[in-house]
Amino acid sequence: MAEEVKLFGTWASPFSRRIEVALKLKGVQFEYIEENLSNKSPALLKYNPVHKKIPVLVHNGKPVAESLVILEYIDETWKHNPILPTDPYEKAMARFWAKYMDDKLWPAATKVVVSKGEEQKAVIEEIQEQLKTLESELKEKKFFGGESLGFVDIAANIIVFLLVAQEALGLMEILTEEKFPVLHEWYQRLVDDAVFKECVPPRERHLGFFKARFGSSTASK
Amino acid sequence: MAEEVKLFRTWSSPFALRAVWALKIKGIDYETIFEDLSNKSPSLLQYNPVYKKVPVLVHKGKPIAESLVILEYIDETWKQAPLLPEDPHERATARFWAKFGEDKVLTSIWSVFIKQGKEQEEAMVPALENLKFLEEELKGKKFFGGETIGFVDLALGWLGNLISILEEIVGLKVVDGEKFPLLSAWMQDFADAPIIKDNWPPRDRMIVKFQALRDATIAAAAAAATSK
Repeated sequence: MAEEVKLFGTWASPFSRRIEVALKLKGVQFEYIEENLSNKSPALLKYNPVHKKIPVLVHNGKPVAESLVILEYIDETWKHNPILPTDPYEKAMARFWAKYMDDKLWPAATKVVVSKGEEQKAVIEEIQEQLKTLESELKEKKFFGGESLGFVDIAANIIVFLLVAQEALGLMEILTEEKFPVLHEWYQRLVDDAVFKECVPPRERHLGFFKARFGSSTASK
Repeated sequence: MAEEVKLFRTWSSPFALRAVWALKIKGIDYETIFEDLSNKSPSLLQYNPVYKKVPVLVHKGKPIAESLVILEYIDETWKQAPLLPEDPHERATARFWAKFGEDKVLTSIWSVFIKQGKEQEEAMVPALENLKFLEEELKGKKFFGGETIGFVDLALGWLGNLISILEEIVGLKVVDGEKFPLLSAWMQDFADAPIIKDNWPPRDRMIVKFQALRDATIAAAAAAATSK
């Protein structure tokens, strides 16, 4: 029976891009539907009536919403190239750190683009504290997932978006090699990864997106 | 050989209760360490350096934090009395509702609880909308897990106890039996279920604690507003 996989997403959403990474890592063919969030499709509203948000994965007509929930669904459905470890403790750690990205890094990232002056500096410091925490978790591993990209690395795509925003808005450098020697190298590996790099928003368009949305009054060099 | 399982908790934390329920439902022996959050133990700080919060489960010396992460770990480590279904789509649905409970239900009800007057009235709107989704989800089921208590029931279980406490403190009915017949029935069935019913914290102590918490929050908000 032919599988039908659809992904409702938006080009600039890290949450949406996470799903693309997972599907591509596993070689799953899917149809991508770009949503216009100011004019949501009837299909999106039908498939995610609770939140009315993207991403939503629809597999053989059955919808799954919430990006980390979708990632786990993908891993349990297509078992090759696993993105989560099999050991329950390692899995728990992966879930903990992926959650950290959403509970800590994401709110700080959304704050940094709308804050100014002293407040913005404080948020950047907060983000750097978080990056320090991540750096000590990564230690000597190539990726958070070990030898290859895993659940936490995919969830960490928020950092890509943060750094593009930093560049677009002329903010001070956040993920410096000096302060974060380990994480800085990891970041290079992440963005150079063959699959991951297909799933980031096109650079110029992304820079333009941040400038248009949050630009002009936020420079804090 | 007895496995070493420890649970760091407080007497009142609804998040820690999730772990208590899961361990007891699966018949796992464990040691409880009660924390005083105004004076956290070195162990807690060592086991949960990132958040310094309870609950923390420590299994054979390895710590796990974040209650829903702990629930999944318990379910995957001890396979009797499974909390999550086997089918991937059903599992995804369960995880979705657990997250909804955390991100939306809890925060919106808390918002009602810590506000007053017009602000409180306004906060009721999203709270009731979120509860309506839960009511819908219960159609045709006794528990969110179906015939028996499952992952979502444990995730939302705090509603079975804390709601009536918060309602009593603010003098407001949030889960009205007429508007939410299924949810009200579920709250009762869950609260009275074996194991669950034996582990609720003492009600009078909860009322004192949450009244104090509400008063402190309102006072802090007032102070912040006047100092702007």
